[in-house]
Amino acid sequence: MASDDDFPIAAQGLNHWFGSGEARKQALYDVNLRVRRGSLTVLVGPSGSGKTTVLTLLGCLRDVQEGSVSLLGHEVHGAKSDLLISLRKRLGFIFQAHNLHASLTARQNVVMGLQVHGRVDPALADRAAAHALTLVGLGDRLDYLSDNLSGGQKQRVAVARAMVGNPDVIFADEPTAALDRDSGSNVVDLIKKLGRERGTTTVMVTHDNRILDRADRIITLEDGRIVADTEAVPA
Amino acid sequence: MSRLLALLFGRLPIGWLQLTHSRTRFAAALAGVAFANVLVFVQLGIMNSMATATLKSYDFFSADIMISAPDANSMTEGGNVARQWLLQALADPEVAAGTGLFLANVTWQRPTKALALTTYGVDPAQPEFLTGEIAAKSGTLQLQNAGLLDRFSRGLKREEAAAIRPQTPLSFEASGTTLTLYDTFAGGGGFGGDGYMVVSDQTFLNLFPARTSGAPDHILLTVVPGADPDAVALRLRDLISDKTLRIRSYAAAAQEDLTYQQTKRPTGIIFGFGVIIGILVGIVIVYQVLSTDVADHLREYATFKAMGYGQWFFLGIVFEEALILGVLGFVPGFIVATGLLTAMAKATTLPLLMTSKMAMMVFFGTVAACSLSGAIATRRLAAADPADLF
Ligand SMILES: Nc1ncnc2c1ncn2[C@@H]1O[C@H](COP(=O)(O)OP(=O)(O)OP(=O)(O)O)[C@@H](O)[C@H]1O
Ligand SMILES: [Mg+2]
Repeated sequence: MASDDDFPIAAQGLNHWFGSGEARKQALYDVNLRVRRGSLTVLVGPSGSGKTTVLTLLGCLRDVQEGSVSLLGHEVHGAKSDLLISLRKRLGFIFQAHNLHASLTARQNVVMGLQVHGRVDPALADRAAAHALTLVGLGDRLDYLSDNLSGGQKQRVAVARAMVGNPDVIFADEPTAALDRDSGSNVVDLIKKLGRERGTTTVMVTHDNRILDRADRIITLEDGRIVADTEAVPA
Repeated sequence: MSRLLALLFGRLPIGWLQLTHSRTRFAAALAGVAFANVLVFVQLGIMNSMATATLKSYDFFSADIMISAPDANSMTEGGNVARQWLLQALADPEVAAGTGLFLANVTWQRPTKALALTTYGVDPAQPEFLTGEIAAKSGTLQLQNAGLLDRFSRGLKREEAAAIRPQTPLSFEASGTTLTLYDTFAGGGGFGGDGYMVVSDQTFLNLFPARTSGAPDHILLTVVPGADPDAVALRLRDLISDKTLRIRSYAAAAQEDLTYQQTKRPTGIIFGFGVIIGILVGIVIVYQVLSTDVADHLREYATFKAMGYGQWFFLGIVFEEALILGVLGFVPGFIVATGLLTAMAKATTLPLLMTSKMAMMVFFGTVAACSLSGAIATRRLAAADPADLF
């Protein structure tokens, strides 16, 4: 039997509903999955099939209603907010909407990803943020306010912010949708490298074929159910 | 500024960056806070001026105990007190001396406007019951129908007041008697009249023939050195046969008068309401500013929450903003309010003053109101799943 260490993410019998009363509608049906450490898992499926819902439940951004989610060895269902906060600090999120803080520069937004761990030497934080931004190709835009960046550039800042804190798990929702070919594959290179070198586990929603080709595993959702689960044959 | 705050909070000064992101909105928020401050300052100033004006009449005299009629809620209200009680009071070994104080309104018909003078009749042979200038100049009151005038009386020109001197006295007719003003003292507008005048008890009785020397409005007593006025007053209540009289230490009388003016008289109640309304409007403005700011940044805060920031972090941002708005809004508010109060004081001769106590109260009140509003506004964030706020 493999330990929790090998599978930082596990979901069992996950059901989820939105709305209440008459409008209550089930969005997920009995979702079960285990994600191997250091792997890149991709969620695919038609719009409205529940991909984002699965991602937010696994990443403790939404209360689990029924079933179990185990994240980094901790049960999330019914967990106290202190545990949720400490778990979130070990995750990196890249959202469908970039959600950068408009009053902060690119660099300051990335620094926020570091300061969540406590006081950091400002010079050190600045250098780490600059490094992360250079990796996503924004070395020349460090002190731009996020309002003055293009959609794709903002998305790349969000990627840098998610990665700068060396998270154990990265959750990404269509992170390359707004990226051109080169920056898109840069991001995937980075994720693969982090997986290899640091054992960072990534769960990503995407329809980008270039990423699908390089995924370790592809899970297909339809109407809130897992309908296919294919592991790539190790090269 | 940004760097200073960063050091203070050990993180990026998000509150400062957020507030200053849009200059016009920041200016509007500061104007709102400043306006709320001005509102409260002016109301407090008016409220305070009434207290100062009420206590002013007590400053003219020096006494330890005051005996007044049962219906004398304030110095200017109520009936007379028989002089015989003064004699009874003097029987107490710790009562040193006593005098009668007469009080009435005298109207000075001037070509332009009539002046209502709150007039005190005092015994010029007992200057120890008077204070400051009045005590020093009480000698002239020995002259028949002589008076000392409040040089800050409303409607009295400065040069006019300055011209009233022993060498160049000024006379006027009042209720059939010719009064001669030999000198002036510093009084200053009250709510009851335009100014003050001090005359001798003899002159007072000439002005008001219906009054008798046997029944002054109040009796003032001094106690021997070292005696406790409150304890003596308590004893006098036993000693004096008329049990309906108000026998209190002079300080207690002043304090009771003030409480009466503030809580029982319509003007006091209205001013009290003014302060409460000013504070409420101020809180609404400040809450509006802070809660709008939180609502505008809810998505960004939700992202921070998703990243692992806890509720304290958000409270910290809001507190930072509260402090910035409180400090930067206070400065213009304080300056404008001081100017307004000075202008109003000039126009009304009421003692409208900016005091450091008021300044402290308003400043800490503003920061507290800002912090509280922000804390309430962030509650929505605490309850929600981050995923629902994106
Ligand atoms: N906050 C919400 N309130 C109510 N219903 C919701 C909410 N979020 C999602 N849903 C519903 O749940 C179902 C799954 O939504 P979800 O966002 O997970 O889909 P998705 O697979 O991410 O779609 P897309 O590819 O368009 O992003 C949809 O039917 C959607 O309408
Ligand atoms: Mg989605």
